[in-house]
Amino acid sequence: MSVTVRAAVNGEERALTGHPMARLLDVLRESLELTGTKEGCGEGECGACTVLFDGEPVLSCLVPLFQCDERQIETVEGLAEAPRARAFLDRFVAAGGVQCGACTPGIIVTAWALLEREARPDVEAVRDALAGNLCRCTGYEGILRALAVDAGADETEEAAR
Amino acid sequence: MRTDTPTSEVRSGPGPIGTSPPRPDGLAKVTGAAVFADDLVLPGLWFGATLRSPHAHARIAALRFDPARAPEGTVAVTARDLPGPNGVQLIDDEWPVLADGVVRHVGEAVALVAAPTRIAARQALAAFTVEYEPLPAVLTMAEAAAAEAPPLATVEIAYGDVEAALAAADVVVEGTYRTGHQEHIYIECQAMTAWEEDGVLVAAGSMQCPYYVHKSLVHAFGLPANRVRVRATAVGGGFGGKEDYPSLIALHAALLARAAGRPVRLAYDRHEDIVATTKRHPAEVRHRTGLRRDGTLTAVDVEVLLDGGAYRTLSSVVLSRAALHAGGPYRCPHVRVRGRVLATHTAPNSAFRGFGAPQTQFAMERQMDRAARALGLDPYTIRARNVAGPGDELPTGQVLDESAGGRLCLEEVERRTGFTARWRELERERAFRLGDGSVRFGDGAEGRKPARGVGLSLYFHGAGFTGNGERRMRSPVAARLLADGRIEVLTAMTDMGQGCAAVFPQIAAAAAGVGAEDLVFAEPDTAEVPDSGPTVASRTTMIVGGAIASAVGELRRRVDEWLAARGETPGAFRAAAARYVAAGEPAEVEVRHEPPEGQQFDDERYQGAAYPTFSWGADVAEVEVDPDTFAVHPVRVTAVCEVGRAIHPRLCAGQVEGGTLQAVGWALLEEVKLADGRYLNDRLATYIIPTVRDTPRIDVHLLERPWAGGPFGAKGMGELPMDGGAPAVAQAVENATGLEIDELPITPERLYERDRDGRRVGG
Repeated sequence: MSVTVRAAVNGEERALTGHPMARLLDVLRESLELTGTKEGCGEGECGACTVLFDGEPVLSCLVPLFQCDERQIETVEGLAEAPRARAFLDRFVAAGGVQCGACTPGIIVTAWALLEREARPDVEAVRDALAGNLCRCTGYEGILRALAVDAGADETEEAAR
Repeated sequence: MRTDTPTSEVRSGPGPIGTSPPRPDGLAKVTGAAVFADDLVLPGLWFGATLRSPHAHARIAALRFDPARAPEGTVAVTARDLPGPNGVQLIDDEWPVLADGVVRHVGEAVALVAAPTRIAARQALAAFTVEYEPLPAVLTMAEAAAAEAPPLATVEIAYGDVEAALAAADVVVEGTYRTGHQEHIYIECQAMTAWEEDGVLVAAGSMQCPYYVHKSLVHAFGLPANRVRVRATAVGGGFGGKEDYPSLIALHAALLARAAGRPVRLAYDRHEDIVATTKRHPAEVRHRTGLRRDGTLTAVDVEVLLDGGAYRTLSSVVLSRAALHAGGPYRCPHVRVRGRVLATHTAPNSAFRGFGAPQTQFAMERQMDRAARALGLDPYTIRARNVAGPGDELPTGQVLDESAGGRLCLEEVERRTGFTARWRELERERAFRLGDGSVRFGDGAEGRKPARGVGLSLYFHGAGFTGNGERRMRSPVAARLLADGRIEVLTAMTDMGQGCAAVFPQIAAAAAGVGAEDLVFAEPDTAEVPDSGPTVASRTTMIVGGAIASAVGELRRRVDEWLAARGETPGAFRAAAARYVAAGEPAEVEVRHEPPEGQQFDDERYQGAAYPTFSWGADVAEVEVDPDTFAVHPVRVTAVCEVGRAIHPRLCAGQVEGGTLQAVGWALLEEVKLADGRYLNDRLATYIIPTVRDTPRIDVHLLERPWAGGPFGAKGMGELPMDGGAPAVAQAVENATGLEIDELPITPERLYERDRDGRRVGG
């Protein structure tokens, strides 16, 4: 059994053929060789496979191919090519948001969607947006520093009172 | 002392020591361009799958493969097809490549298949028929201790006369502490691809130790070293989980590649990764501690039990490090540590960041808190009274060098957080809420508000290999001048996120006095680079970085002397180096790490310098505990770490931030549940690691006491932060609830049971 759907992937119209229940994750990685999108758990828990689906972050391991017809899909590779993304990407690296890099594409995609909605999110907003993206290296501190306007504030005084 | 708070300063190129330029691999990682193990595209690639034991212990009475039931062309491999010894060569080779006749844990690999697609490979597993005859299984440490089977490893450290000192002590405090398995959850699961190319067996994938994988392939296939080649791809997290296991998965992939005559990849999904790969050793640590009334330690007696799982893997060295850290960062004239690793019919436990030390230091820190309560002291005072410093002796007789910064960390974390005053205030608040212990925590909360608590820990971590490890390896790095005058540096180290890709160029640039543009770093590929040892044990910056500094410094000296001999003035290094190479002068250098003469260790008697040096830390954790749900929410952790010299403060602090959260996860959330030897929570939906919502703000302050033995004063520190988080959180929970915490993780269920059973701390 096989279906063909038409979708825009990173702005380019593509005909994608496969089993209707093929995971978008596999279609991207194997058929299109867009290997920036990672599999971390395969069951919607870790966020490593996040892509934008009509502008909204979704977990591509849970999206079957048949749902992709007439959709706009954007992966980390597509975002990275946007000229206005460069400053954000540089800031993310400089702040220590990246260590091993396996969760990074999913976090970049999710964070990009957040920043499109809210240019200067605070720590709470970033925590809400990234609650579905696991990172095992950074303790999330570098990611918060890169994204949240108030991440650098010293809260020691408040906490210790 | 210099306090160096990481800055967000960004410069291009390696930059001087102590600055934080962007990591060179950063852009590739944020754009998705970095190539990880499962991203390699190879023509004709097939995929493998692994048949695993459903039994904890069983005899394999029959194992058959029926090709008619498998997709066309499937190849199958069992233990009978092995070309050589059925063992993964690590310290020894007792870990089977494939089970032969008997399985000793659920998930043990029994047979392998390869097929053209991932799905076909999985389907092909159904073509196997296995007849198992279940055997009695030993599943827990308690069962193993009762069975009195020979341990997988033992250790004993004796210093002074511990029994006499206990008999003479003002106070003797006893305690038993337990910690559980911890799963690494590197976000990139294990994956390896193998193939044959011009008579050379190649394995490429995610690993910390290319030469461990190389050694295991040479051993199992009986090949000459130059007919095996191992390449590390980008490594999506390791934490010790990719120290030894990649050797096994590489053997499996190589067996399939040879059988199929084409490249074969084994890429585990998360479920398989959790079921099959190693974990942190569960531990039970018993303490008897003698003290004077003023809190001075006079005797420390420790018994350490670790659950090794079914095979030895690296357990003997994990036990060694566990024992060497069991007395904590304290001075004590009489110490005895006895340790054993017990075998159980569960998947082997092996390397995980900290390597045994987090388990034993959790126990020692809890024991210090228990002793403080018995003596009416606060947590700061008992630690300040006993912290070891320069010139003090550890239980092996090792005399601490002048960089020993434990007291600095303790004082700095107290200064920054006002810990002691806050802890006392919260003790009083709790006494007000709960009276003298007559009111349960779950009943005594005022207005159902979460109760706050603060906790303090003090810890240290031996940097580099234990004992004579470095002396035995004498691991080399190489450097050479290229025709264009650039310096190429060759090591086998992999960057699994920790940042050697950034730190090595900084060290090399500073040591050679050159710029980033003058340096090239070879990929970790055993066909190109020398065996500079494994990327483990907090050794990469300190040991390998030191050898890099020597190697590039030597090349610089040669070029400078050559110029001087010709009466030329040194201009730009690169141009001069290019002329030096063109003149046919010796342009390659290999430097081996040589431990200083004074650093000797007797590994029979456990005496001498167990580590080149130690890094140090003190944490203060603040938590909230919900009186209805008993859930613990960590609010903030302040970590003060003394690291010698932070080459790249941002990445160094990043190690502390990430390690601290792993420790907090281990303390509060992460629990491996087993039934009949089978993991019940073998998925990310059920094995819970901290999300950004469960995460405290982590405030890191780096202190620097440069150590003469490390490059630019740097000490190893990658594992250090794993030691401090759990005991600080445990004490904070006690401070909030008055409930005794002697076991990890501190789940709501455990807290509730303690409250129900009235297990309260004194005072």
